[in-house]
Amino acid sequence: MEGKKFNERRQIITLIILIIGGIFIIRLFFLQVINQSYKLSSQNNVLRFVTQYPARGTIFDRNGELLVYNEAAYDLLVIPRQAKIDDTLAFCRLLKIDITTFRERLAAARKYSRFRPSVFVEQISKEDYGFIIEKLYHYPGFFFQARTLRKYPRPIASHVLGDVGEVNNAEMERDPIYKMGDYIGKSGLEKFYEKALRGHKGMKIMMVDVHNREKGSYQNGLYDTLPVTGKNVYLGMDVRLQEYGEKLMVNKTGSIVAIDPATGEILALVTSPNYDPNLLVGRARGKNFNELLNHPQKPLINRAIGGTYPPGSTFKMINGLVALQTGSIDEGTRFSCQGKGSSPIKCTHSHVTPLSVQPAIENSCNPFFWNTFRNILNNPNLHGQKKALQYWHDKMLDFGLGKRFKTDIPFEVPGNIPDRDFYDKVYSGSWNAMTVRSLSIGQGEILVTPLQLANLAAIIGNEGYYYPPHLARSIGEENDTLPSHFTQRHETNIDRRYFRLVKDAMLDVFEGGGGTARRFKVKEFQAAGKTGTAENPHGKDHSLFMAFAPVDKPTIAIAVVVENAGFGSTWAAPIASLLMELYITGEVKRPELEKFLLENFPDPVEQ
Amino acid sequence: MRENKSIFSQIEFPVLLLYLTLTLIGWLSIYAAVYDEDHSSIFDISQRYGKQLLWIGLALVLGLFVMLTDTRFFNGFAFAIYGITILMLIAVLLFGSTTAGSKSWFEIGGFKLQPAEFAKFSTGLALAAFLNRLDTHLEQTRTLLISIGIIALPSLLTLAQYDTGSALVFGAFVLVLYREGLSAWPLILGSIAVVLFILVLYFGPLYVIIGLAVVLAGSFFFMRRNVQNILRLLAVFAVSSLFVISVNFVFDNVLEPHQRTRINVLLGLDEDLRGAGYNVHQSKIAIGSGGFLGKGFLQGTQTKFNFVPEQSTDFIFCTVGEEWGFLGTTIVIGLYIMLFLRLIRMAERQRAIFNRVYGYSVIAVMFFHFAINIAMTIGLAPVIGIPLPFVSYGGSSLWAFTLMLFVFLKLDANRTYSS
Repeated sequence: MEGKKFNERRQIITLIILIIGGIFIIRLFFLQVINQSYKLSSQNNVLRFVTQYPARGTIFDRNGELLVYNEAAYDLLVIPRQAKIDDTLAFCRLLKIDITTFRERLAAARKYSRFRPSVFVEQISKEDYGFIIEKLYHYPGFFFQARTLRKYPRPIASHVLGDVGEVNNAEMERDPIYKMGDYIGKSGLEKFYEKALRGHKGMKIMMVDVHNREKGSYQNGLYDTLPVTGKNVYLGMDVRLQEYGEKLMVNKTGSIVAIDPATGEILALVTSPNYDPNLLVGRARGKNFNELLNHPQKPLINRAIGGTYPPGSTFKMINGLVALQTGSIDEGTRFSCQGKGSSPIKCTHSHVTPLSVQPAIENSCNPFFWNTFRNILNNPNLHGQKKALQYWHDKMLDFGLGKRFKTDIPFEVPGNIPDRDFYDKVYSGSWNAMTVRSLSIGQGEILVTPLQLANLAAIIGNEGYYYPPHLARSIGEENDTLPSHFTQRHETNIDRRYFRLVKDAMLDVFEGGGGTARRFKVKEFQAAGKTGTAENPHGKDHSLFMAFAPVDKPTIAIAVVVENAGFGSTWAAPIASLLMELYITGEVKRPELEKFLLENFPDPVEQ
Repeated sequence: MRENKSIFSQIEFPVLLLYLTLTLIGWLSIYAAVYDEDHSSIFDISQRYGKQLLWIGLALVLGLFVMLTDTRFFNGFAFAIYGITILMLIAVLLFGSTTAGSKSWFEIGGFKLQPAEFAKFSTGLALAAFLNRLDTHLEQTRTLLISIGIIALPSLLTLAQYDTGSALVFGAFVLVLYREGLSAWPLILGSIAVVLFILVLYFGPLYVIIGLAVVLAGSFFFMRRNVQNILRLLAVFAVSSLFVISVNFVFDNVLEPHQRTRINVLLGLDEDLRGAGYNVHQSKIAIGSGGFLGKGFLQGTQTKFNFVPEQSTDFIFCTVGEEWGFLGTTIVIGLYIMLFLRLIRMAERQRAIFNRVYGYSVIAVMFFHFAINIAMTIGLAPVIGIPLPFVSYGGSSLWAFTLMLFVFLKLDANRTYSS
């Protein structure tokens, strides 16, 4: 009996079995009786927190006109395991997709999960939804989920309003509130006021199984939270002005900025070429965005805040103001002008000579302002040309130039006001007033945006101060959510009497017998303005115009830039004039001027 | 005819009863696990519970056939049956269909068969027949090597099908060899290796080697201090250090990524609640939420809402734990222990070595399934997908275990007549 030899091993094997059984029972005792945490976990498992999406806030203009609202759209979702389609062709016809797309999407959904819903067709319009939902009962496993799409009642202000799209990974990482598939403002006001517009998500607690099949609401919704609709944003923009501005800029390249000088609220912000904001909504967003991105005329660029131009003659007023304030010149200081024979900068206008500051502005006399600028740099109170240039630079910044206003749409650029360090670097320290002479007439390294130009008009209209230009006037029902720097008054610290002098000079541009914009005078109100021509090394000069009206207590300050249009008085001035007329009188009574502007602009391609 | 009459009177009834009880518990648990309100009849053949009832019925028919077979058939044809199974294992590698990454199924008209399940039975038969020979003694190296060969061949073929779980089951035969006289050292060394493996994964090789040195140096004080003992300790230290150093290599280069994650999850080195840790975590929640008395039949939220994957097959024990609580799990474990102890008693009373070796094979295989399956669901072992005998859903596994058990019952009932 061979086996008898190892009989004691029977006991050892029995012992092993008993020990393992014992370990299991002890472990189960701890798992099932002692430990309470698994009982909680099991509750978490069965409850699924379903997000309730809030409606995004809408956007209104200053008169309560709706600019952006929401429209319901529907995503068709599929749970592959439950999907049953008897007649694939009929189903494809219903959804307006071809059979290859159908197969691909179903395969993709299966690959993701057979049990969890995937989007099958996204953003189905309200009209199609009504049609499909009636037949959907034929197709188990498919169901709708409501989403909202932005809609624009007027196809205007696309750059201002911006657009909304699905969050990307970087955005989700920055703010964990966002989950896959959420919408977020991608540009413009939608981006800047995202936190106010998005509202608060609500939470519905559902009992679900592991396949996400809802088994009813938990405790009859006792613990559910409702979504809070996003706050509405009310703009300072005037829809009629914006729309009319966009109309006048059709086929032209450039921009218009109109500001309410009393508050800094932007009344209109036009950039051209532009696009219909409805293009960047819904299923075609990606495709349309790429088309706009690759368009040769770059319609996605917001030239009103992102385009920079040498300000040309429009800049002469500030140089005059700084010179007067520092005592570098006074009201009576006269300089002579030799016209085309002037040195180092010649004059393109014919006028009396010598002349003082007010007629020099009216006539845009280059030699006068060269002498004025040289006087600033040589002013003994400013301690030498280099320190004087730095002082001049700081003054320019007081006028809102060379820096960002931190306005409420992105892609604002600061422009450029060169400082002492810049010239020290470029000229290795050896430079003087002569070297930087083009600064005196707004050329050279100086670059301003149309927004800064409009703000400059507002400063002169206000006789010395401004509020940073911004689009929103209030968020939701309370005002306090608006960034505080928008209501902070900025002073230029220049005496009002010097401003009045400049104002008088600018008034003559419309009212004076030799004024460059006299043809565009409106009899209902007095306007003050200044033309400018920005030298463009790449082609025809840019046409600039800045203005404000009514002259005594302005309600609108405006800057118009038309690229490659030559003299400021030809195109920019009449556009500004028409817009001021519309804003102040409520109507335009010069149809022939409007017709001329719309029809006679030379095709840029032919130049 | 006289023999057949006596068969049913001599059958070991407690084992039959335990078998039927476990099978019934399995069927009810499958019903609870995949319960579908649209198909609420437990006899609905379109659902797993309906199918399982069919498998149970067929299993009983199979059992009846076994009882009517002449016992000499099993001994006489042991190697033939073994050979056929090996051929099937090779065939499945060539023509089989793939389920969950394992190429281990024959699919014949919607009907699936897993040869590996039957290989455990035939390996037991072959091992028993081989050790039954008069010229075989496990002390002989030749006998030992051939025995290991008999076990290793189907194991390696199963491993080739990427069915690691089933391949590991063949390791259970070490217990049989141990009973038949294999030295205890393989078992002890194996256990030490497992412990070292785990320690290295936790603490890294350096600390384990330092620990080993300390332990060995400490034990030196309790030994006679001579050169021989020093050399012995140094040799032990060298071998175990080599093993420790190789652990990381094996872990990183030999194991598959999913196996690495499963081990890491088990050791708590990796949470991964959405991935590999998901099954175990959900399974522990389901069992833990059962409490002392359980939530009641069909009241389990975790299993009914399908949170536990594979809950009708490898994770069926969750359903028991959730719906019947600690009481239910203890009873099920108790039933298994009773079954094993009863089978040990039966094996020991056999006069023929063939019967005893075969009996221990049945015990070893079933015990391994039982131990690994339950340990896995309660988070004591890595996830190795092997079914719980008689309880898990599936025809192949139920029939294989039924076949194994009933052949032993038949051998036992006939023990006085057989050779």
